[in-house]
Amino acid sequence: MTINESQDEIIEEFELFDDWADKYEYIIDLGKKLKGFPEEQKTEDNIIKGCQSRVWLNARKENESLVFDADSEAIIVKGLVNMLIRVLSGHLPQEIAKADLYFMEKIGMSQHLAQTRSNGLASMVKQMKNYAIAYSLKN
Amino acid sequence: MQLIETLDIQAIRADFPILNQEINGRKLVYFDNAATTQKPTSVIETISHYYNFDNANIHRGIHTLAERATRDFEASREAIRDFLGASSIEEIIFTSGTTQGINLVASTFGRKFIKEGDEIIISGMEHHSNIVPWQMLCEEKGIKLKVIPVTDLGELDMEAYANMLSEKVKLVSVNHVSNSLGTINPVKNIIDLAHSFGAKVLIDGAQATSHLNVDVQALDADFYVFSAHKLYGPTGIGVLYGKKDILNAMPPYMGGGEMIKDVTFEKTTYNELPYKFEAGTPNIADVVALKTALEYIAFHGKENIAAHEDMLLKYATEQLSEIEGLKIIGQSKEKISVVSFVMDGIHHQDVGVLLDNQGVAIRTGHHCTQPLMQRFNILGTSRASFAVYNTLEEIDKLVVGLHKVKKMLL
Repeated sequence: MTINESQDEIIEEFELFDDWADKYEYIIDLGKKLKGFPEEQKTEDNIIKGCQSRVWLNARKENESLVFDADSEAIIVKGLVNMLIRVLSGHLPQEIAKADLYFMEKIGMSQHLAQTRSNGLASMVKQMKNYAIAYSLKN
Repeated sequence: MQLIETLDIQAIRADFPILNQEINGRKLVYFDNAATTQKPTSVIETISHYYNFDNANIHRGIHTLAERATRDFEASREAIRDFLGASSIEEIIFTSGTTQGINLVASTFGRKFIKEGDEIIISGMEHHSNIVPWQMLCEEKGIKLKVIPVTDLGELDMEAYANMLSEKVKLVSVNHVSNSLGTINPVKNIIDLAHSFGAKVLIDGAQATSHLNVDVQALDADFYVFSAHKLYGPTGIGVLYGKKDILNAMPPYMGGGEMIKDVTFEKTTYNELPYKFEAGTPNIADVVALKTALEYIAFHGKENIAAHEDMLLKYATEQLSEIEGLKIIGQSKEKISVVSFVMDGIHHQDVGVLLDNQGVAIRTGHHCTQPLMQRFNILGTSRASFAVYNTLEEIDKLVVGLHKVKKMLL
């Protein structure tokens, strides 16, 4: 599945919700389902500091693809992180670097990427792209 | 509580047009007043009127508009003098806000009068703006920074404070009211103790001025700073009160127009107080509107406003305490209308996001008081803070909202 196919799939899933609470309950559920990020990797190097909550991000190469692991203290951010990983993880660094992430806006969650939220999520997306750029230059 | 009945809260709400809107399909409940209060129509109209009819640069113009602008600007200074109980308008310096007021004192009084080996005392419940300027000064000059500890109730440990004082202490800088906890600190006591050792005292009144009566002469404060936007006035304007003899002894802060008497390339002589500290064209419109904000408060009566807010605080404390797993951080008996809390197993950011979806605006995070959060071993809190236009029904909405948050997250 391409990055855009994953995004479109998420958008489709969110079309089922007509109530804010259903939407957030789904995101909270995704947050709870996000695979545990190893405690020993919650280092200063992997931390993305936000004013509100911390996000941890790690990137590794599997064959030609870039795989992300991430975690957050706040469950809603964690749910959003889960979706970002679903969309970006496992793709070629070049694809990740040039990806246009439109799904957050389409599902009405773009405010979480806004500066005011200061939750580290926007910085995380930036950091994911930075990893992708770094790895694609390495190749 | 007879005082409460003197205020018609619904009529007051009508004075704040911003409150009459829906957020995410719900009527807005604005509980982020400790960050900034909303502005009444009269304040908004003063700003608009100033730009529509009176705008001119002040003090130097000879034409009618300049005279009008100068008259209104200086009338505001006089209103603030009266509001703070200061003895003279020379003691009222306009700043951009509390932060600039503290930085001004650190950069001028601090640089000139505090030397290597001296000590400065702050408290464990200070806002970063009353920590960092002193840290910068201490680092530059080799001064020691001491911190008054905070008790489990969220009060200052006054015994520890008394033991910290010595002839080495040149300045004590503490807040009147904690922005994170709502605690009202015994500033009169703090000032008297400091003075007995010859130390000067700066009081950060950012959270106090909209709730408490402040009389700088009765307090005998050497400096008192606050921001207009936390008492129904505009953003971008604040006040530094300083005792005249101390302000006179201090060097200027910024150089430029307005603050000079004569300039030659060989030597510049400085203007008199208060202009010595007001370089450049000030924020005239907002200074003028600050007076309108003070008039708004005076019209309703600070005692009446405080009584209403105390009632809200009492009710909110009772209601929130009944929520299982919720703990209020800051349980001093002396508090303004701020309730800071944590919930078992729930991150404050999730609380904030889910309440916003229900139309309730609160603040979450460390509230620019990271050392205080560390003291309580928490990452942050959720904070609801109330103003004159808030109601008991709104607190009910917060409580319902928090039950919903718990249901969704746990």
